[in-house]
Amino acid sequence: MSPQFQQARWSEPLLSEIGTPGERGYVPTAPEAEIAAHAPDPLAAIPPAFRRATAPALPQVAQPQLLRHFYRLSQETLGNDVAVDFGLGTCTMKYSPKVNEHLVRMPEVQDLHPAQHEDTVQGILEVLWRLEQMLCAISGLDRFTLQPPSGSAAVYTNASIIRAYHASRGEGEQRDEIVSSVFSHPCDQSGPWSAGFKVVELYPGPNGYPELDALKAALSNRTAGIVITNPEDTGIYNPHIAEFTRLVHEAGGLCVYDQANANGILGIARAREAGFDLCHFNMHKTFSSPHNGMGPAMGASGVKEELARFLPAPVVERRGDRFELDWNRPESIGKIRSFVGNAQIAVRSYAWILALGPDGIREVAETAVLNANYLATRLREVPGMSQPFPTSNTPIEQFRWSLEALREETGVGSADVSRNLADYGYQPVFGSHHPFIVPEPLTPEASESFSKEDIDGWADAMIDIAKRAQTDADDVLEGPYRNACRRIDAAALDDPERWVPSSRAERTKGAVRGD
Amino acid sequence: MPHPYIPNSAPEVRREMLDAIGVDSVEDLYRPIPSELRFQGRLPLEEGIPEEGRLRRHVEGILRRNTPATDVLSFLGAGCYQHEVPAVCDEINRRGEFVTSYAGDVYGDHGRLQALWEFQDVMAELIEMDVVTTPNYDWSTAAAMCLRSSVMLTGRKRVLVPAALLLDRRLVFQDYLAHDVQVDEIPFDEATGLLDLAALQAAIGDDVAAVYVEYPNALGVIEHQAGEAVEIAHEHGAMAVVGADPSGLGVLASPGSLGADFAVGDLQPLGMHMSYGGGLSGYIGCRNDAEVIGSLPVFIFAKTATLEPGQHGFGYLNFDRTHYVKRGEGSQNGGTTTALWAITAAAYLGLHGPEGMRELGEGLLQRTRYAADRIGALPGVTAPRFTGASLKEFVVTYDAHDVASVDAALRERGIFGGKDLSVDFPSLGRSSLWAVTEVHTKDDIDRLVATLGEVLA
Repeated sequence: MSPQFQQARWSEPLLSEIGTPGERGYVPTAPEAEIAAHAPDPLAAIPPAFRRATAPALPQVAQPQLLRHFYRLSQETLGNDVAVDFGLGTCTMKYSPKVNEHLVRMPEVQDLHPAQHEDTVQGILEVLWRLEQMLCAISGLDRFTLQPPSGSAAVYTNASIIRAYHASRGEGEQRDEIVSSVFSHPCDQSGPWSAGFKVVELYPGPNGYPELDALKAALSNRTAGIVITNPEDTGIYNPHIAEFTRLVHEAGGLCVYDQANANGILGIARAREAGFDLCHFNMHKTFSSPHNGMGPAMGASGVKEELARFLPAPVVERRGDRFELDWNRPESIGKIRSFVGNAQIAVRSYAWILALGPDGIREVAETAVLNANYLATRLREVPGMSQPFPTSNTPIEQFRWSLEALREETGVGSADVSRNLADYGYQPVFGSHHPFIVPEPLTPEASESFSKEDIDGWADAMIDIAKRAQTDADDVLEGPYRNACRRIDAAALDDPERWVPSSRAERTKGAVRGD
Repeated sequence: MPHPYIPNSAPEVRREMLDAIGVDSVEDLYRPIPSELRFQGRLPLEEGIPEEGRLRRHVEGILRRNTPATDVLSFLGAGCYQHEVPAVCDEINRRGEFVTSYAGDVYGDHGRLQALWEFQDVMAELIEMDVVTTPNYDWSTAAAMCLRSSVMLTGRKRVLVPAALLLDRRLVFQDYLAHDVQVDEIPFDEATGLLDLAALQAAIGDDVAAVYVEYPNALGVIEHQAGEAVEIAHEHGAMAVVGADPSGLGVLASPGSLGADFAVGDLQPLGMHMSYGGGLSGYIGCRNDAEVIGSLPVFIFAKTATLEPGQHGFGYLNFDRTHYVKRGEGSQNGGTTTALWAITAAAYLGLHGPEGMRELGEGLLQRTRYAADRIGALPGVTAPRFTGASLKEFVVTYDAHDVASVDAALRERGIFGGKDLSVDFPSLGRSSLWAVTEVHTKDDIDRLVATLGEVLA
């Protein structure tokens, strides 16, 4: 174990436990005396039964103690700014440039109301429009909407567009199936399901990606389309993807490319050349906007021209030097969320792409692929590590390998190894999306932001943990030790009789206290 | 020239890495991609700007074409509000540790998980419900998700929603529900702006999965019959989804006290800048019932014990119910939503406490009363248009002037008027929805009234 690292461990009490009754941390501006005199009983117009009966049991704490509390919690969080976060494979953790954080905190961004007249928001509309042009160039598709507030919302948007497309051709009832693959992202199935489709999942063949015959067997006159990731979660690029899209088109379906993780192929391969009709990018992954602890985020959905009429309203149009919001979209699927989406994310991604330009973008992809493969090379040194699909041995992005042999030898599996990374100052490594087809899985992703030293340090930690497992498995099974909290009682998370989502639930239910 | 965002650009480091991998060039690593799928040439993008100073000037130059609402006097609301943002909220949500974290685990992100659990904890007290989830994208999508959950839980395929609904909300429901759920609108009373309860009684039946009500509604009216609507829903075995603006909950009855099965609303008023709509965040509350929780895909965190006695640990509550596990077999879409805003809202509620939330709510009610009455005293204007009580918004109707020209004249004088309702509610004629919050002083309101008087004269 690295003797140097020790995460902050403040053992902070809960927010509800700090402060003292009678304290407060903020005074909202009170109305002036004349306003108060105009309505001396503020609640006069509210029927008594609709007035709050009991004051909310909120914390009562002064400002210094509240600020300190949240600062301490931030110190117990391994964001990418402070840690090498490439354990979070499929999340494309990368550097989020600080200059962009300054840009989004300009009043000209953060204090804009979304219903302001177009004359007063020409700048933000121009950024939305310019980012759309950039994404069209990067994907080869024709139009994008920036309204979906996450990657899975973008997949859902694309599924809704497929539904609207077939309905417009009178085949809405008949075409009720979406094909996907089991190594595609989970939202490639739940998104279509939420949009009303039945989902047919393809399983991998011997090379790690679905075989053409499996696809052929899944296609029929019920096929509405395919939603697929490539490279899939395994990092393996399906070389027959153009054949896939051709077959789906022949069956009358549309093809959706989940490009949540496009980092390794920016400027290298595009949705258009592979025959896709729709795609999406995650601005908070590939395009550098920070992940914000799980949002706010942005998933940009792109379509070919013939599907643009179905995009959610409004879209940004340029007329001469002026930018306008076009709401007149009679065939639009509706809206994915309120207003135009998370505009601040668009500012960050626009600035990031502009900082790099065409050569820099390509350097991003090439460095990400170099890093992925260097990491893979180093991880071959980890005792008990294996590669599940050995014929495909140059990962394009993240990759999913297995610690099954280590588990068999020592009883220490991938989840145990992952947890122990916290003792070395690293985020635990992501295992796998469900189902766990690869046993004892782990899925790292070393984006372009990480140096050779970063990768070597992480690989050395993995090697060290695996060696410790071989010499003292119990020590690893009980870890981690030097992070903010020890191993948790995980059974209490899944038992409705024991789970504690809030103090209120604990009081009401009298559940067994977790502590 | 090495780009400042990309390490490993020194040729000798790249060579060392390639040698370790055992290939000659990066190009060799792209062998899995067939040549006919390779993009030929350079992407048609503008040349890169690696210098931070030049980049910043360029982007700032574009953004300066915007007029922030804070530079003028703005009365826009309709789902996004200019409230006070405590400096502490800005300070906490700019912490790089939070901002650049993501789906990190129990052992790397203990602090983030605790902060999100604390959001659930304090929000549960505000809405008086036992379970609060990680928030969805915004109020509209939170409501749509709970309506979809009601459909899944009851097996029924019809929902009743108020006609007094923001257009955005209507369009989200259209996309998310209407393809297989019948969405029927219940009219509002022309005088009060409240839900027509008799129409609700007439519309409801044993085929209804859920009744949705919200306060304030899209006309700014506090729907004080929400409790009655919940009862009507329950009498027919339907679920009740109740929307509530949290900025009023220091003084108004909570969704939990009204018997709601699901509570929804937007956290944006609780410490988030508007960010052109990017500050929205849709909270969701529900009962502590495994089946109800199981219908929601959004994360919930649970507090538990650790190997060290007395230490709090936090983890994902029943992760197996999420779309990450269920995939295409019966889960709504979950994923990345708006966690940073939940942490911010927790700090906001912690700062305000019960007294601050009461003062906030009372101040909103008083200012709105004052502003509506002052505007209503102008000739040629009806305000407030509806007699139902307002929290922070009210409808203004002009006798003769059209809203767009009045807005244009106000804009020239440094005022953003209320949101034009001619698209959302054409039946209301020359109407607009005005929002007043604690950022507005008496002088601000008086200046507006004087200016509006001049424009209408």
